[in-house]
Amino acid sequence: MHRTLITWLQAAPLAVILLGFLVAPIIMIVIVSFWGATEFSIYPDFQLENYKFLFSSPVTYKVFFVTFKYAFITWALTLTIGFTVAYFLAFHIRSQTTQIALFLLCTIPFWTSNIIRMISWIPFLGRNGIANQTLISWGVIDAPLDWLLYSDFSVILAFVHLYTLFMVVPIFNTMMRIDKSLLEAARDAGASGFQTLCHLIIPLTKPGIMIGSIFVLTLVMGDFITVRFMSGSQKANVGRLISNDIALLQYPSAAATAVVLLCTVLIMIAIMLRFVNIRKEL
Amino acid sequence: MSKMRYSRRAVLKNGAAAVAASTLPAPMVWAQEIKDITLRQFGTGVSNLNDVANKVKEDLGFTLAMTALDSDSVTQRAATQPDSFDIADIEYWICKKVWPTGNLQAMDTSKIANYDKIVGIFKSGKLTPESEIAQGTAPHSVGFVDGPDGNSFADEETGWMTLIPTIYNADTLGIRPDLINRPINNWSELLNPEFKGKASILDISSIGIMDMAMVCESMGEIQYADKGNMTREEIDKTFAIFTEAKQNGQFRAFWKSFDESVNLMAAGEVVIQSMWSPAITAVKSRGIPCVYQPLEEGYRSWGGGIGLSKSLSGMELDAAYEYINWYLDGWVGGYLMRQGYYSAVPETSKNHMSENEWGYWFEGKQATGDITSPTGDVLAKAGETRDGGSFYDRMGSVACWNAVMDENQYMVRKWNEFIAS
Repeated sequence: MHRTLITWLQAAPLAVILLGFLVAPIIMIVIVSFWGATEFSIYPDFQLENYKFLFSSPVTYKVFFVTFKYAFITWALTLTIGFTVAYFLAFHIRSQTTQIALFLLCTIPFWTSNIIRMISWIPFLGRNGIANQTLISWGVIDAPLDWLLYSDFSVILAFVHLYTLFMVVPIFNTMMRIDKSLLEAARDAGASGFQTLCHLIIPLTKPGIMIGSIFVLTLVMGDFITVRFMSGSQKANVGRLISNDIALLQYPSAAATAVVLLCTVLIMIAIMLRFVNIRKEL
Repeated sequence: MSKMRYSRRAVLKNGAAAVAASTLPAPMVWAQEIKDITLRQFGTGVSNLNDVANKVKEDLGFTLAMTALDSDSVTQRAATQPDSFDIADIEYWICKKVWPTGNLQAMDTSKIANYDKIVGIFKSGKLTPESEIAQGTAPHSVGFVDGPDGNSFADEETGWMTLIPTIYNADTLGIRPDLINRPINNWSELLNPEFKGKASILDISSIGIMDMAMVCESMGEIQYADKGNMTREEIDKTFAIFTEAKQNGQFRAFWKSFDESVNLMAAGEVVIQSMWSPAITAVKSRGIPCVYQPLEEGYRSWGGGIGLSKSLSGMELDAAYEYINWYLDGWVGGYLMRQGYYSAVPETSKNHMSENEWGYWFEGKQATGDITSPTGDVLAKAGETRDGGSFYDRMGSVACWNAVMDENQYMVRKWNEFIAS
């Protein structure tokens, strides 16, 4: 009896924090999503109007599709780049000092605000920006490329730039735990480099890949500011839909969209977790 | 308790101003206690200027705490957090939205010294007796209520004002004359395929829709009964035209904040776009030619004013009236007019501007010397004139006022659709 009380007390601080700052806000959002709104106020109610509108509007499907598109492309690119970087750091750099130094080098850009890192692309990619001027002076192109900025390209470029580190860190972490003697054993057993990669390294780094993927997917799915700035407000994802609603005082409809987005992301993560047991890693 | 009468003008050494001041009623507020008063004002960045707060402290003695927000947040705050402010610096169309919440109190015009001198636009709706009232949420139509507790707007001057007008202007398209190289005279040019990939419009639905309407009407595609209060059918047609243009790649980007519009123009990403007057100034001050192009169809105009929170009473309320009277007394007016805006009582602003400045900004005359901004940047040199001309030329050709329509929610949904298309 005494011991159970102590364990309960030990778990209490975290439980209280999670209840107050995670569970309660989510419950509030769910409740508000059934409320009604006039142009300048919201009133408690139980109506399905917000969801009805959301699911009947073709804009919703279009915008969710765009959100998935951004998430998928960003995921594929950050995974490729992140895996390569982590592989290089973990297996090609022998000295631990160099390893740590290079790893810190990767994080340096993250010491600045991510909005600044994103916006600094704008003058670079612009019609008269450095990228276009350089390409023209090299004679590669005759006229400036307009699709470099305010396009899907620039949105995804910014996402990849912002979030690749979230892939590098967990993958690097799991790779460092792989017992090096396993690699030697594989070599001794006659496996080629590619076979070692496919049969040894990738399976063993799966938990890291999965953690990184969860980071990237949730960050991209929930983003609105990158899409707004890098597309010049010309593209919309779910986050922008929510932020527009909030700006126009339509909290209930914003809450309904948020609930649908939350469920979508949770379902995606649940599916991903079916494939890999990340607890094994933690 | 000291019973010294506080004269707001005592601190001003300017003799002429002191003579003018003696004709104004000086409300009785205790000199000592007023120092402890803090009025919290919030509004759009346009007029929430620290220089104004400093000058208030200097002239009136109390503290004005300013918060600058974008127009959506301003609406939101005025509607939902009545206790978070004492003075709301909002636009007239926001007033139409916020007044019904009962968060603001009407002002007694008999306490406003310069009330009689306020420009006609804000009282009868007419700039000159011959003027026609423009479409949209014209300031006078939401400027008065029946009494101190009036909930609905009155049609004529009642002595109870919702907002005291402070600042207004006429907006049009901004262009890069060096990249266009030909005269631009109509709103329809925004969708001219010649500027494919080089046009922009602002992504603030309530204002953007008005610019769109100006364009569609200019193209001859749609005749609106009232651009400020469209029917669903008119909204659909307008968006159809713009969605098609968007899909054809007419727009380079949309902008939401002032600095974005400046960067788009200055970087040459865009050569024609909806723009605000100080943005033009900002582009010019980088040495890049930019014109606030007057167009045949007229201007889309907007106006702002200050409203008092319902919870304001007693000495704070007196201080707020004091502040309003000071606001209309000319110093702020002069300050704002030097940025290209207009003051509600232009004649008092004249005392705070040089003859050259008054001629350039208000009368549309050629500058006789350098015209500088309040921060000291040179905006125009001798011989140049203001785009669009004099006050009466510009404010006299307003085609519509920023507005909030009955079908606002429908419009906003269509706007989201347009952005996502």
